[in-house]
Amino acid sequence: MSLTTRRTRMAAAALAAITAIGGLAACGKDDDAPVAGEKPAKLVVDTFGEFGYDEIIKQYEKDTGIKVELRKTAQLNEYRPKIVRALATGKGAADVVALEEGILNEFKANPANWADLAPLVSDHSKDYLPWKWELGKAPDGRLIGLPTDVGSLAVCYRRDLFQAAKLPVERDQVAALWPDWNAFIETGKKYRTATGKGLLDSVTTAASAVMFQQGGELFYDKDDNVVADKSAAVKTSWDTAVAMADAKITAETATWSPEWSAGFKQGTFAATFCPSWMLGIVADNSGPQNKGKWDVAPVPGGAGNWGGSWLGVPTQSKYPKEAAKLAEYLTNAQSQVAAFKLKGPLPTNLEALKNQEFLAYTNEYFNNAPTGKIFGESVAKIQPLHLGPKHQAVKENAFEPALRSYEQGQATKDKAWEQFAKDAKTQGAF
Amino acid sequence: MSLSATTAPPSPAAPPPRPPARRRSRSHSLTRMDLKYSPYLYIAPFFVVFGIFGLYPMLRTAWMSLHDWNLIGDHSFIGFDNYVALVKDEYFWNATLNTFGIFLLSTIPQLLLALFLANLLNRTFLRARTLFRMAIFMPNVVSVAAVAIVFGMLFQRDFGVINWLLSFVGIDAVDWDAERWSSWTAIASMVNWRWTGYNTLILLAGMQAIPRDLYEAAALDGASQWKQFWRITLPMLTPTFVFVVILSTIGGLQLFTEPLVFANGNIIGGDQREFQTLAMYMYELGIENLNTAGYGAAVAWAMFLMIALVSGINFLLVRRTVK
Repeated sequence: MSLTTRRTRMAAAALAAITAIGGLAACGKDDDAPVAGEKPAKLVVDTFGEFGYDEIIKQYEKDTGIKVELRKTAQLNEYRPKIVRALATGKGAADVVALEEGILNEFKANPANWADLAPLVSDHSKDYLPWKWELGKAPDGRLIGLPTDVGSLAVCYRRDLFQAAKLPVERDQVAALWPDWNAFIETGKKYRTATGKGLLDSVTTAASAVMFQQGGELFYDKDDNVVADKSAAVKTSWDTAVAMADAKITAETATWSPEWSAGFKQGTFAATFCPSWMLGIVADNSGPQNKGKWDVAPVPGGAGNWGGSWLGVPTQSKYPKEAAKLAEYLTNAQSQVAAFKLKGPLPTNLEALKNQEFLAYTNEYFNNAPTGKIFGESVAKIQPLHLGPKHQAVKENAFEPALRSYEQGQATKDKAWEQFAKDAKTQGAF
Repeated sequence: MSLSATTAPPSPAAPPPRPPARRRSRSHSLTRMDLKYSPYLYIAPFFVVFGIFGLYPMLRTAWMSLHDWNLIGDHSFIGFDNYVALVKDEYFWNATLNTFGIFLLSTIPQLLLALFLANLLNRTFLRARTLFRMAIFMPNVVSVAAVAIVFGMLFQRDFGVINWLLSFVGIDAVDWDAERWSSWTAIASMVNWRWTGYNTLILLAGMQAIPRDLYEAAALDGASQWKQFWRITLPMLTPTFVFVVILSTIGGLQLFTEPLVFANGNIIGGDQREFQTLAMYMYELGIENLNTAGYGAAVAWAMFLMIALVSGINFLLVRRTVK
């Protein structure tokens, strides 16, 4: 019957079209699930910023015969949505995922998305800075992340600009300029009198440095309740930053803004607070023409930890065992030293921190500053911090905007604090 | 109907000429089938694609907005609570104000300018018209992010070109992203730069469709260029103008990339949220804050309703005034 065939054909065509499109939408289905014990052909690693894994991975590929694809995302705020999307849809996550402190805390609230690494790798609980190791664990006890780097603090300063302002330029003399924060503010005033400019890049880098020196509870208490407006550490950090704004010792730039980036090259400010991962950013922003003009000195008020990451394995990975092994490899002492030399992330592996190669390392761009020694020594003094699930959001969307509003004269001291207290509650609720 | 006609059991008393008649009726019904159903098949691809990529996400968003939804965790049904909270949300209304402020600052000058340019390009005496028409469309080809980055540099506080130019007329450096008026101006200028040419071309196409003899007749009657524009061009252009206004409304109220890049990627858009748009607020709640995805979905639907409403109002207004 030609009619029925025609109808069937029509229906078949329509059906084919629908299934074709439906198939497109449903692509990426797990039809190639691995046979138990089979070695993966390829593992994917997701990182942001610079982890310095390029060389290490080549060695791993040679040793194991497993290909590694390294997917880099430049900025954290582009990187995070990708991870969230992969977790929310259950597809597309890499086998090994770099988790920055803020992200890790947030993901800890839903630990089921992450493989428990403890049974998959050897026992490393004694190999890393103890507090760093502990932070890699979720509330339910599973080990979500293996420690990579830590953001020990220092001050990056411009020798040429210090000289022009008739301030001392050598590292130990500069360190003697600011034993504490009051002395730092006094130095800033002297710099302003001599040059008419701000000493420091932004009020928020200082606030971060002070905050991360305090230790203990910041925006959250131990039970993850938001205590942002009652926390002593936050208040100290706020007050110090406000004093700096009042003394007009900053260049009033917002960190990561175009004014800030251009300021490095143009010399709008002469100092910024550098966790070790920041060294690469300072160098990139300042450009080759300013090589040797920057130097690194200790921070006023003692050691602190700003940032740092872990490596985790999402449960959706097809090869959790091999992925965990790769994460273990990337975080071992040898790899951490190699990564530090390539891009600057500071080791957390105790053996790496004692490594002679690491301790003897000097950074050419920063006037051959012994960065291995400076950062390596301060690491041991870091106080453990409790950050809470949405630390990053509270810091970036409540604390820092309020502080800048005050600095720029958009809000009074009280109004700015009120704005912070209110936003911290909404941003921090989980 | 046609099916039952063709498959009816043959009657035993059928006369000999039946087979040809049957063939005729079959081919007849085939043609009818073809006429009746084929068009649906032809347009099906769009609706299937729209269903998957348009309708489904919309319905899913509506469903999400009725929940307390964690993007990577649990969710529970809470009815219309999200919408109730939205009405009382100070930052939602702040974002609404910003969105409409920037929308007006960009749409009105943009459409006036587009109308003016289209009218110029429509003149017959213009040489190298194609070149000008292409040139005017160029800004639209550039990626939004690139535009936003370049304008972000121009409107920089310390080393920006705009502040440098202002310094020649004795105006102090403006901190463009610190105040409402200045940030709105900067963002609106990006939108205008990118979309004026696009709207010009659509309006131009509309003008080209107006019969030439109308103008010739008017010219013979002694109507000036200006009068021709008011009496012929504008009234005849109404349908095109409505289309352009609605496109601009949809685009303007969804503004996202320009303000986001202008804020250096910070989703709250300025220290006091002075240029956070609705789309940014939706993203902040729906994607940035993992645990308020349901609330973000409610913002998305509120945005949808607003766009529908404003498009409707614009449609009525434009039809009225231009007629």
